[in-house]
Amino acid sequence: MYRSNVLVCGGTGCTSSNSEKIIEALKEEIAKNGLEQEVNVVRTGCFGLCALGPIMIVYPEGSFYSRVTVEDIPEIVEEHLLKGRIVKRLLYQETVAEDRIKSLNETDFYAKQRRTALRNCGVINPENIDEYIAMDGYAALGKVLTEMTPKDVIDVITASGLRGRGGAGFPTGRKWSFAAANQADQKYVCCNADEGDPGAFMDRSVLEGDPHVVLEAMAIAGYAIGASQGYIYVRAEYPIAVKRLQIAIDQAHEYGLLGDNIFNSGFSFDIELRLGAGAFVCGEETALMTSIEGKRGEPRPRPPFPAVKGLFGKPTILNNVETWANVPQIILKGAEWFSSMGTEKSKGTKVFALGGKIKHTGLVEVPMGTTLREIVEEIGGGVPNGHTFKAAQTGGPSGGCIPAEHFDIPIDYDNLLAIGSMMGSGGLIVMDDTTCMVDIAKFFLEFTVDESCGKCTPCRVGTKRLYEILDKITKGNGTMEDLDRLERLCYYIKDNALCGLGQTAPNPVLSTLRYFRDEYIAHVVDKKCPAGVCKALLNYHIDPDKCRGCTLCARNCPVGAISGTVKQPHVIDTAKCIKCGACMEKCKFGAIEKK
Amino acid sequence: MQKRISSIPFKGTPEQAKQLAEVIEQHKNQRGSVLPVLQAAQEIYGYLPVEVQTMVAEGLDVPLETVYGVSTFYSQFALTPKGQYHISVCLGTACYVKGSGKLIEKITEKLGIGPEECTPDGRFSLTACRCVGACGLAPVLTVNDDVYGRLTPEEVEGVLAKYM
Repeated sequence: MYRSNVLVCGGTGCTSSNSEKIIEALKEEIAKNGLEQEVNVVRTGCFGLCALGPIMIVYPEGSFYSRVTVEDIPEIVEEHLLKGRIVKRLLYQETVAEDRIKSLNETDFYAKQRRTALRNCGVINPENIDEYIAMDGYAALGKVLTEMTPKDVIDVITASGLRGRGGAGFPTGRKWSFAAANQADQKYVCCNADEGDPGAFMDRSVLEGDPHVVLEAMAIAGYAIGASQGYIYVRAEYPIAVKRLQIAIDQAHEYGLLGDNIFNSGFSFDIELRLGAGAFVCGEETALMTSIEGKRGEPRPRPPFPAVKGLFGKPTILNNVETWANVPQIILKGAEWFSSMGTEKSKGTKVFALGGKIKHTGLVEVPMGTTLREIVEEIGGGVPNGHTFKAAQTGGPSGGCIPAEHFDIPIDYDNLLAIGSMMGSGGLIVMDDTTCMVDIAKFFLEFTVDESCGKCTPCRVGTKRLYEILDKITKGNGTMEDLDRLERLCYYIKDNALCGLGQTAPNPVLSTLRYFRDEYIAHVVDKKCPAGVCKALLNYHIDPDKCRGCTLCARNCPVGAISGTVKQPHVIDTAKCIKCGACMEKCKFGAIEKK
Repeated sequence: MQKRISSIPFKGTPEQAKQLAEVIEQHKNQRGSVLPVLQAAQEIYGYLPVEVQTMVAEGLDVPLETVYGVSTFYSQFALTPKGQYHISVCLGTACYVKGSGKLIEKITEKLGIGPEECTPDGRFSLTACRCVGACGLAPVLTVNDDVYGRLTPEEVEGVLAKYM
């Protein structure tokens, strides 16, 4: 028994912030003080508060140290672990109350969260199967194999109201029942871990923090539909996730929890990893399966649906990582427990990756139906640096934006669709008054042009045309007719593209046109970018009241567009200016503005 | 993303060819083997010149155009060699909103190369990538396996200096 456990986040965010070196230094320092028998160092998955990484929690006290550096380690070991005095200076300030240290669950960031899919992330060591088992891991698989029929399993999942967390929100139980109803010599269970949506990293966190939950859930589904083989299609860009999944698969084999005759039930199930190679379209189910088959990851028309004819032509179910992460708990705790959370048609919780212009970037898991205001202001800590909230973008390149007027809408699948966005995989990017909505629409279209597989014309050519019109508008050459043309083209692509990627690609344009038409008009009619982003529409000016005449800007201007004498306000010749922004970067008095 | 075909002469060694032959042998009877074999081949050679793709095609007994179709479809595969230090700037949404486009401009200004290009001395290459999943640290760039987060354009020079 250890008297103290030190949990250090080994998720991607914190690893990028140097948590590996911190673990090394910690172990070294602990050894130096002869505490190896008393203090245990655990590398866990993501805690969620990536903005404050690298993160360390010391139990039993539950002290939450944030932005720890290697230099801080000797102090933490000597003061806290040796002498038992918490290093207040390094604590996350929100946990420090006047008279006491608050627990993490009382802080704004965690208080409203309900960690269900993420329950083990940041709690257990993901590379040790025993820790997962100690958290009731594989108990659900045991229950299913020994006490339930395949039909019972599907009934429970259906009754729970679980819907696919990958974006479209298809009822999971129904998907399984289709595949179960089809007779075949071989069926497959697949996991979509090709998290291509830029700005979303919840699946990665589950894979890195709790890989066994995915394996267990897939085995449960294998039993339910009568499949003996599973595939996890994971992005090669997620090396930590790939490594931990492989370790998890090997350990599960060793324990007899994967492989032949699991729990002596006669049921056999095995899982193979397949690495994606960087193609956004492979998140679409039919494209993902063609990619597992080793081909170009192009989608194909449905029907036939994968439940009838999927991977290698056999009945297949495909669910996303976060969906899988909910399954074992539903089996153990029952359908009623799960459906007690959420709204009428969207049950359970949803993980969001908070990013962009928000104080607490990171992962949050809240019950469905939580309002955007609660997520952004209470959990996320609001928009920093005195700027104002403009919109939140959900659903990535397939989604749309939620403007401030819908701040109080309860977030669930159907509400988001109704206001022209979508749940998507759960990326939630906050934008403030310095974000140009036309530029954002262009950004997403550039992405889809790049990622369109080229198989169908509406998507291949249509998205390119959309991009060109948007580019024209941001350069100040747009006309009012262009706005109508944009809209028409959007609906044409939506109706005619082959797969989900093309059908949803116009959403960022449609939703910005709907809520921020005035910004488009400002670009087209006034030739102005209100947010000050679109370079071609900006002019740099020097505020004569603020300029001290230090000449720094004039000396740094690459084209000699700035003139003036020493100690007198300078002036920019907008005809010569190439808008590189060098002057603005150099000015020490904030005298240069763009508008 | 447009793929460029390398005009740099292929310099494979017999050891590399042997490694590749072993990988091909392992995957030969597996269904859907083209993708994993190409991934391994890129590990071995660093990129996938047509010579390597031909070896894969012959080894797995699939047409070269199938292999070429796959290698040009996925952004992970490089048909040109990468620099000694490969810089990837994340252009995922979270990073973009926080100004990662400016990081690219700064690198281009400092090194004289744009995305998907390599400096003439082979030291640096640059690519704009989609989301490395470290959105909490936006904007992010990576140099080989090192990750740099919460960067400003001014800090780019200091990062590059470490590899000069």
